[in-house]
Amino acid sequence: MGNKPAVFTHEQLEAYQDNPFRQRIAQVFSEDGDGHMTLNNFLDMFSVMSEMAPRDLKAYYAFKIYDFNDDDYICAWDLEQTVTKLTRGELSAEEVSLVCEKVLDEADADHDGRLSLDDFQHVILRAPDFLSTFHIRI
Amino acid sequence: MAQPPAFVFNILETPEDQGQDPSPYDESEVHDSFHQLIQEQSQRAAEEGLELRVLPQREPGPETLGASGSGHQALLGPEGVPDYSTATLRILASMPSRTIGRSRGAILSQYYNRTVRLRRRGSRPPLGGVGRSARPSLRLYDLELDPTAFQEEEKRTLLVKELQGLTVAQRDHMLRGMPLSLAEKRSLREESWTQSGKQRGPQGRRGLLPCCSRLRYACGLALHSLGLALLSALQALTPWRYALKQIGGQFGSSVLSYFLFLKTLLAFNALLLLPLLAFIVGVQAAFPPAPADSVPTFTGLELLTGGGRFSHSVMYYGYYSNTTLNQLCGPPLDGSQCTPEAGGLPYNMPLAYLFTMGMSFFITCITLVYSMSRSFGESYRVGSTSGVHAITVFCSWDYKVTQKWPSRLQQDNIRTQLKELLAEWQLQQGPRSVWGRLRQVAILGFVWLLCLGTTLGCTLAVYAFSELMIKNPVSAEREWELLALPLVVCLLNLGAPYLYRGLAALERHDSPILEVYVAICRNLILKMVILGILCYHWLGRRVGALKGQCWENFVGQELYRLMVMDFVFTLLDTLFGELVWRFISEKQRKKRGKPEFDIARNVLELIYGQTLTWLGVLFSPLLPAMQIVKLLVLFYVKKMSLMANCRAPRRPWLASHMSTVFVSLLCFPSFLGAAIFLCYAIWQVRPSSICGPFRTLDTMYEAGKVWVRHLEKAGPRVSWLPWIHRYLVENTFPIYLVSALLLAVIYLNIQVVKGQRKVICLLKEQISNEGEDKIFLINKLHSVYEGKERSRVGRAQEAEMPPTLPADERDAR
Repeated sequence: MGNKPAVFTHEQLEAYQDNPFRQRIAQVFSEDGDGHMTLNNFLDMFSVMSEMAPRDLKAYYAFKIYDFNDDDYICAWDLEQTVTKLTRGELSAEEVSLVCEKVLDEADADHDGRLSLDDFQHVILRAPDFLSTFHIRI
Repeated sequence: MAQPPAFVFNILETPEDQGQDPSPYDESEVHDSFHQLIQEQSQRAAEEGLELRVLPQREPGPETLGASGSGHQALLGPEGVPDYSTATLRILASMPSRTIGRSRGAILSQYYNRTVRLRRRGSRPPLGGVGRSARPSLRLYDLELDPTAFQEEEKRTLLVKELQGLTVAQRDHMLRGMPLSLAEKRSLREESWTQSGKQRGPQGRRGLLPCCSRLRYACGLALHSLGLALLSALQALTPWRYALKQIGGQFGSSVLSYFLFLKTLLAFNALLLLPLLAFIVGVQAAFPPAPADSVPTFTGLELLTGGGRFSHSVMYYGYYSNTTLNQLCGPPLDGSQCTPEAGGLPYNMPLAYLFTMGMSFFITCITLVYSMSRSFGESYRVGSTSGVHAITVFCSWDYKVTQKWPSRLQQDNIRTQLKELLAEWQLQQGPRSVWGRLRQVAILGFVWLLCLGTTLGCTLAVYAFSELMIKNPVSAEREWELLALPLVVCLLNLGAPYLYRGLAALERHDSPILEVYVAICRNLILKMVILGILCYHWLGRRVGALKGQCWENFVGQELYRLMVMDFVFTLLDTLFGELVWRFISEKQRKKRGKPEFDIARNVLELIYGQTLTWLGVLFSPLLPAMQIVKLLVLFYVKKMSLMANCRAPRRPWLASHMSTVFVSLLCFPSFLGAAIFLCYAIWQVRPSSICGPFRTLDTMYEAGKVWVRHLEKAGPRVSWLPWIHRYLVENTFPIYLVSALLLAVIYLNIQVVKGQRKVICLLKEQISNEGEDKIFLINKLHSVYEGKERSRVGRAQEAEMPPTLPADERDAR
């Protein structure tokens, strides 16, 4: 590859898989947050999404992926974005807000209206499936 | 980023200024960060007579926060965006919880603290791990509040120094968990390796010793890279890696769990087969017994019935000799003793048969229990309440799925799941009449009664048919009639689940997962009861009916036939069930699409097949080999059919819970039943007198007793073995002792779990309280700055305005 670092644009990544969070993944793992990944970023991504990554590390990166506005908290707006992307926009606005409210009820331990990294990790602890779903097979 | 000012920690009583709320000033400790601000403000308030006003919609009384759902409005202003002053925002921005993602310095210092704590403690962190949080509890982050705040490079050196103090395993574990990039982690690891290598060297500069430490370092690195290479080679060698990836990519984790379970069963069978091959089959094949008088020729029917030519081969119990093999005796002097000549290794076949069977079952039992406990440990957590919405939103997207169409399907599934959850919740909100509940219970009871009745009917049918087979024994020319009983059993096993599915449409469960569990339960009961009746038929009736013949061979052959029939029916069901259904649904009901892959039914079939293997291994030691072949073929057939004809199931499947359930079902009814059957056959049933390794004994277990008596006579050097046998195995006291110990361990575990639940409740309350504290303090901070700002503005305005109108100013404000 030589000295010039090769860059993966997020269009190339899009062709690889049809994941609703593909843009967020590219943004989180890229160096300057704009979605263009170098080889090292690519390796980081696969390292985190591999089988051997510990749960806390995966939870940390999953938190960053679901935090759409990058404010280190998953607020109600982030949740709405997540649910919309998960269901391809086919739930009504009322249902989406109801789901977000229930998620905040269940997960927000310190009642400040948004999820911090700890609240998120606590949710992940209760879901042993997370290790098998947040995983890309190579 | 603002530098938090250094404060002097001072306990101070300040006057009540709120009036309504319980204020923290009542408590003896006020946090030092806000202490000076509050002191200044209260002085100014005392001077100018201004009151501290907290903006009304941000009143953070504990009662408002306690109510769920309204708490999150406490921080938001009218537009929904927190509107704090810039000073407040600056302080908030430097809170440790907000800097986790942004600065590497924060990550490095956080991990430095963790490492220090780990090294000092030297043991497991306390329950709850409060130190591992990135919560804004400023007391934990002394490094951040230190006036001489470290630069990033210094933090990094500190971290490297601390990493060297850890053991290699701990260091790797810590590095693996750090959310830094790979290049960083690599450089951290190399630095901690090299520096520790240098540190182990001596102080003085000797020519030889640095060489040694460098050599040790090089050896360590080489071993490490060799280990990594072996690990990657092992991963590449795992069978079906690409096939599993394909299946996971197209159908998701739940269908994949079926194939992983198949792989696990293969491993179990291989584990069972190896000792049998080594100690029984191989030895007997090397020293074949005297050939029987009339050996029938090979016809094709043997592959189905297992009789004929196969009866006189290593496949069945009857072939094995009951003497000591390879004992080259000299001419017997008194006819009772045999002096082995040099070069011969006597091999006591009955003893070997008994011990190998016992040992293989014991190893299988230990492996099963271990894998079950590990599975349980991973998938069930203490104190985990149902946070089902949060789990659905965050953990249900399967990143393995790579293609467009299955991805769409997953999105549809999640949407359906969320809709169902919301509908369930709305249903629960509505009042449920007593009449409705009673009706539901009645329907449930009725359906269960019908299902149990069907099971009873099937059992009676099998019993009656088996009695019929005893009454009309099959002659040698019409061996194919032997296939009748397995055929009946397989037909019943095929038809009854469809009936159950039809009956289950009548009842309406609250949760779809419960439906699946209930279906699994009913099918399992059917299969186990039928197998139970067959076991009674073999050990209870056949032994008597086949007196003078080799009944063990017969039982082995029956199990062989059952396995073959089960395999044939599974293939037919896969081909016809899935292929034909796909044609039908494509032509007639285009909307339905392809049929679903029924995971529960397929897994139960696998468990049933494995139970047959375990039941039959005593009478046919090569049965595990047959099961291995069957599983291999099944993998490819199922995969082909899946890719061509099926789609992923609609219902949500929690893959890890399911694999726990599969392994526990394998252990409890399946393996336990087979072990009970084996124990009964060894301890209570009289072996046949014309064939097999136990032909002259009363029970199979007697072979062990005979050997112990032989050892007793052998001399004082091996007298401990008969002693063990007499006092630990034959005696009943050790069994009581072991049971009592087991009960005590179970009781202790239950108490520990109870204690953990209590601690979790307490910690949750603590988190909630600290959240309230945080909001309260932030609001206080904001109000203090607001007050400062206002007083500054007020003083500026007062300076501008003529001093003759102070009253109007005051009123207007």
